[in-house]
Amino acid sequence: MSDKSSSSSIIFRPTRRQALGMAIAGAAGLTMPNLTGAGRALAATPPSEPKGQVIVGFSQEPTVFNPHLPHIEVDEGIHFSVFDPLFGVDPKGNFFPALAKEVPTVENGGISADGLEWHVKLRDDVKWHDGQPFTAEDVKFTLELLVDPKFRSWRRAGHELVQDLTVVSPTEIKWKMKEPYAPYPSILAATFIVPKHVLGAAEDKNTAPFNNAPIGTGPFKWVERMAGDHIELAANTDYFADGPYLKSLIYKYIPDLTVLYTQFKTGDIDVIGLQWITADHYEEAKALGGTSVAVIPAATVESLSFNMERPQFKELAVRQALYHALDKKTIIDALYYGLPAPTETYMPQQSFYYNPDLPKQEYDVDKAKKLLDDAGWVPGADGIRVKDGVRLSFKNSTTAGNHIREQAQQFIQQSYRDIGVEVMISNLPPAVMWGDYWMKSEFDSVVVGINFLTGSDPDTSDYLSSKSIPAKGGAGQNTWQYASPEVDKLLGSGGVEFVPEKRKQAYLKIQETVRNDLPFLPMFQYATVRGHKSGVEGVEPNINVRIDSWDVATWHWA
Amino acid sequence: MTGSACIADKAPLARLYPTDTKTETTGMLRYLLGRFWQSLVLLLLVSVIGFAVLNLAPGGPLSQFTLTPGMTQADLDRIATQMGLNRPLPIQYLDWLSHLLRGDWGHSYRDGRPVLDIIWEHLVATLLLMGVSTAIAIFVGTWIGVLGALRRYSIFDYAATVGAMVALSIPTFWFGLIAIYIFSLRLRWLPAGNMYTIGNGSLGDYAIHLIMPSIVLALVNVAVWSRYMRTATLDVISQDFVRTARAKGLSSRRVLIRHILGNALLPMITLLGLQLPTILGGALVTETVFTWPGMGRLFLDSLGYSDYPVVMGLLMMSAVLVLVGNLAADLTVAFVDPRIRLS
Repeated sequence: MSDKSSSSSIIFRPTRRQALGMAIAGAAGLTMPNLTGAGRALAATPPSEPKGQVIVGFSQEPTVFNPHLPHIEVDEGIHFSVFDPLFGVDPKGNFFPALAKEVPTVENGGISADGLEWHVKLRDDVKWHDGQPFTAEDVKFTLELLVDPKFRSWRRAGHELVQDLTVVSPTEIKWKMKEPYAPYPSILAATFIVPKHVLGAAEDKNTAPFNNAPIGTGPFKWVERMAGDHIELAANTDYFADGPYLKSLIYKYIPDLTVLYTQFKTGDIDVIGLQWITADHYEEAKALGGTSVAVIPAATVESLSFNMERPQFKELAVRQALYHALDKKTIIDALYYGLPAPTETYMPQQSFYYNPDLPKQEYDVDKAKKLLDDAGWVPGADGIRVKDGVRLSFKNSTTAGNHIREQAQQFIQQSYRDIGVEVMISNLPPAVMWGDYWMKSEFDSVVVGINFLTGSDPDTSDYLSSKSIPAKGGAGQNTWQYASPEVDKLLGSGGVEFVPEKRKQAYLKIQETVRNDLPFLPMFQYATVRGHKSGVEGVEPNINVRIDSWDVATWHWA
Repeated sequence: MTGSACIADKAPLARLYPTDTKTETTGMLRYLLGRFWQSLVLLLLVSVIGFAVLNLAPGGPLSQFTLTPGMTQADLDRIATQMGLNRPLPIQYLDWLSHLLRGDWGHSYRDGRPVLDIIWEHLVATLLLMGVSTAIAIFVGTWIGVLGALRRYSIFDYAATVGAMVALSIPTFWFGLIAIYIFSLRLRWLPAGNMYTIGNGSLGDYAIHLIMPSIVLALVNVAVWSRYMRTATLDVISQDFVRTARAKGLSSRRVLIRHILGNALLPMITLLGLQLPTILGGALVTETVFTWPGMGRLFLDSLGYSDYPVVMGLLMMSAVLVLVGNLAADLTVAFVDPRIRLS
């Protein structure tokens, strides 16, 4: 005899996608309240040797420990603890060396001026958790594994361009790129190096024992996993960089956000990780004793997205009118507790490439009506506007069960009804919604939260290039079917420019063009409510990674 | 006195319905064999339907990666081909079935481990929680039911009835959170969840963690059991042999235990058998509230991530359990109640 099934609907909440929407958003635009307070983090001295234990609560279960197999963001919490990339990316978007001695750039000769020749120098004092030395062979193995046709590599973009991989010495590796590709440093910053002597020996790397007992170079060593419950890691006392300062690190799986928050309140978990504190608990959480709670912006942008091949949306005036009739402020204040920051672009406001000079949306119903009137969309007998036999009526979809977003949809439905536009809400379960329905542009319009960036890199060719439309045979995720020759050209030039200041011009212009064309109506940038016990030092949010524990090496108890 | 007590002491039914053991045994074998073939066909049907429904539903195991930054349709297509998801459905099914017949239940799409290992790990956690909670529920439920029937329409009976109604209608989710609020947050007597303290895991630690979830879970079951038990007891109380036993002057305790309880529990055996798959299936809501890594969570998570091999494994396992549970209940009833013959 088990529980009553009726109550299960209450708790069937956070699938990853719904969570995107629930992750609720916001944060006051450019000002970023610092959880730890940078000063304090520096003030408290870490212990001389690893001490104590931190339990991090996640609302999803990490299950994929080989960082190169298809995985979800929560898995990266483990990857960051156990492995290292050649170089990482900090909260400001700057690269810092990890396994590499220095970050390769055009200035230091690591990357040739044309972006084709790479030369990376590695540290000579790094050991794998099993005691074997880390060498350039491991880097070569990793980069080759990512394009191995038999391996279910989770990402090939960029790695496919690498050729002539040459190990010069155990601490030096060189390669050539087939063509210049400026996002590659960002991709490498998210590419964890795996051991050749372990994984290379496995016949089928998709099912190797390594995948369930990873061996890395990172600050923490694998201890054990209790499936469905937690993962235990222990300090790697031979770690080459700063840290670790914790003897033991536990990632605990707590599948429900209410329960996750409750265990944060009871003190069962020390850091409330991925999917964090729900917006409705923010006020209460702030008042809890002995904890630090703050609103942290995330890179994901919520938008009302159009399928531009639908006759209703082909005309710019229609999209403009719909933007004018969108009451963002009410949605943010009434449904999202005022936490997210409204935005005009897909680029996170914390990015170096963010364009702050885009025209601000005006919520103006009369302007919306006038635009439609002028464009010849005339209300029919039922009050819905019509032009050339096309009714201004469309479906709007999102993940069923994401309650806050469903309320936003209903609010938008009413607002649009007032300007003679009919919205029919048609929501789908996550696996259906984000399958072909989304990828092959089978929708009319969608409310969706997307992180357009890979790490801190501004390249968004996969989303905005006209060659990336899956419905037209493209390989990317341009599901709006947005095609702008100007954006295509700018994406092309931005993608081969390695000097950030020069690159920036292209991306400022792209944001301007997209803002004018409105393939999607940008609503707000997500904010998350994060928290940890006040005694845990060093927990720093980083908008350029997908997970809390990117800097877990330096966490320590005060 | 001794003579009459003897009649009453031997199970009265055995005397009334004598059996021929030899024909019984062959009949039983034939019966079991029949049930076995029936079960096999049924299992095959369950697997075909389950596999088809899972795979025909739109979406699939890769749609969870769609909104990953930088994910492209080309990557999704490539991974699908590598995982064999693009093959025709009947081929995929036959592949799965042929592996299953060789004892290979497949590997999880999520962590790549053998399905049986994964199910086993979660089954242990579920057995612990469900075992304790079912034991509590049966014991408490039985006595509440029996006492309610014996003192029908007394204050106790009304209280038990109302209590059962309330327990049945409170959502477990809510009740669990309230219990956590009171006993963990306010009083700080009990842990807010989890199966054990990481790093401890002693017997006492497990026990402390078991208290809240097993009682919360037992609450509903107590209600169900007490209602069934009350009805069954009322049925038995009005039977002639009870009146006879009482007329013979047996102590009321003896009448209660040997005659009333023994007979009233018979239908409960069937009930328990029917509940076997539910018990091993775990309690999704309780497991979620108390972060208990059991079968209910495994099923929901596997479904959410479209982890077909694990979902199919769970489906087949629960189908087997339904069949086994039914058979076990039938056999037990036949064993303890000679009036029933299996054929």
